[in-house]
Amino acid sequence: MIGDIFQFEFLQNAFLTGMIIGVIAPLLGVFIVVRRLSLIADALSHVTLAGIAASLLLEKKFLVMSGLNPLYMGMAFSVTGSLFIEKLRTVYKHYQELAIPIILSGGIGLGAIFISLADGFNTDLFGYLFGSVSAVSRADLYTILFISIFVITAIILLYKELFLLSFDEEHAKASGIAVKSIHFIFIIMVALVIAASMRIVGILLVSSLMTLPVAASIRIAKGFKETIFYSVLFGETSVLGGLFISYYLDLAPGGTIVMIAVVILVVTIGLKKISSSRPVNNGVKS
Amino acid sequence: MNAAQPIIEIDDLSFHYEKENVLENIQLTIPMGAFLAVVGPNGSGKSTLLKLILGLLKLQKGSIRLFGEEIHRFKDWQQIGFVSQKANSFNTGFPATVYEVVSSGLTKKIGLFKFLRAEDHQKIKTAIDSVGLTEYRNRNIGQLSGGQQQRVFIARALVSEPKLLILDEPTVGVDAQNVQSFYEMLAHLNKERGITLLLVTHDIGTISDKVSHVACLNKFLHFHGKSEEFEQLQINDMSQIYGHDVHLLSHEHHHEGV
Repeated sequence: MIGDIFQFEFLQNAFLTGMIIGVIAPLLGVFIVVRRLSLIADALSHVTLAGIAASLLLEKKFLVMSGLNPLYMGMAFSVTGSLFIEKLRTVYKHYQELAIPIILSGGIGLGAIFISLADGFNTDLFGYLFGSVSAVSRADLYTILFISIFVITAIILLYKELFLLSFDEEHAKASGIAVKSIHFIFIIMVALVIAASMRIVGILLVSSLMTLPVAASIRIAKGFKETIFYSVLFGETSVLGGLFISYYLDLAPGGTIVMIAVVILVVTIGLKKISSSRPVNNGVKS
Repeated sequence: MNAAQPIIEIDDLSFHYEKENVLENIQLTIPMGAFLAVVGPNGSGKSTLLKLILGLLKLQKGSIRLFGEEIHRFKDWQQIGFVSQKANSFNTGFPATVYEVVSSGLTKKIGLFKFLRAEDHQKIKTAIDSVGLTEYRNRNIGQLSGGQQQRVFIARALVSEPKLLILDEPTVGVDAQNVQSFYEMLAHLNKERGITLLLVTHDIGTISDKVSHVACLNKFLHFHGKSEEFEQLQINDMSQIYGHDVHLLSHEHHHEGV
């Protein structure tokens, strides 16, 4: 594959994109997980599907749209969905998690309608659902690169605020932090990263790239920065490993990436068990 | 600000939720350097009083002056540190070290788009040292005991170097044997660092020898004065304050220049 990377542009695109989302998805994922918003990623990925389907439908029915990259429509839907979630969370103050199933089912419903209107798609919808190595274009790569620069810059500049907001929202409010604006920027970033990651890991598996590496990292990391470091390390390992294996074995990259992340998670849980049970076992016959 | 300027002056403060009066005609002056405990049973309006002082509730009647400034014009909230009841909203599984949590107390002070400087790191270390957690600095906060976690939150409030520290029932979740040393630490902060402390609690027994002033609250403010006087009063009056006939108690309490 190393040789093939120099030969085929689509492989370069897939690899570079993979390296980027291997960083930004778990990076944002850390904040998502500690704020107990894991399912928001799921809801938004399904809304992204509706956007992709809408774009493909327009492309098929009205040839005018054929030049438009479905990624943009996916992003527009994802960002809109994130705004709806925020709105719903204020409508249902005491049932904030209700926003997630509402948006998730709304997204799927809309997506299903668009797909049926188009009588199925010629384009490989399967690639959007489970990820694809061959689907990433140079234009996608540049869009994703741009998103990642925005996300990483925002996280570096707003790190203190995001940390405080995640750890203790009440305190953040009380100390006069612009909690609403920071949260707004955060949720937009989530929406963009989901749309960006979808090409490689697929809509159905995007949220796992944001949560599984973090779940593994939390088990072993000391402190928040270390949690971020391990999350990115695990995310990157999963993406690169997954792309290699899926290319050689001709598997769906999304599934392979996620399964590597699952293996890492299981190993960290096992390691922690061993290391934490060792002192206890010292005096015990086994 | 001159030294004689009281930190908090509350005048004729009343507050009601819906139709129920929670606070009536509260007069309270907290001088600089005081260690005041506000005690009272559940539902006595303690939390409401704190929320009003912190500007989290809107004044209905009366006035509050903070550092000599009317509360609605007061801007310098960095002067006031607040430690809420630990129980609310804290995720003990949060992957952050003591150091990271304490540093988050500087977020507002440092400001948007800026990073911690060397002097900020020094402040963080000093705050951690002053609550006696030096060796726990790099532990995850979830690994500490309830009392130690509460100290972390005090350090987080101290790191921005406030002149006044407000604590809402800080010993909830602290095991009984550590409560004493917890109050000793607070008394030390008050004496050595000159931080004015306002503490809301219902451990009346443990605090009276540590604090400089005590106020009893049950809708009305029943007494506030030096803690020695409070101890004398305690035996006779506490049953009344906590009993049913509270409203009969005179509001003509000892002022003693407090």
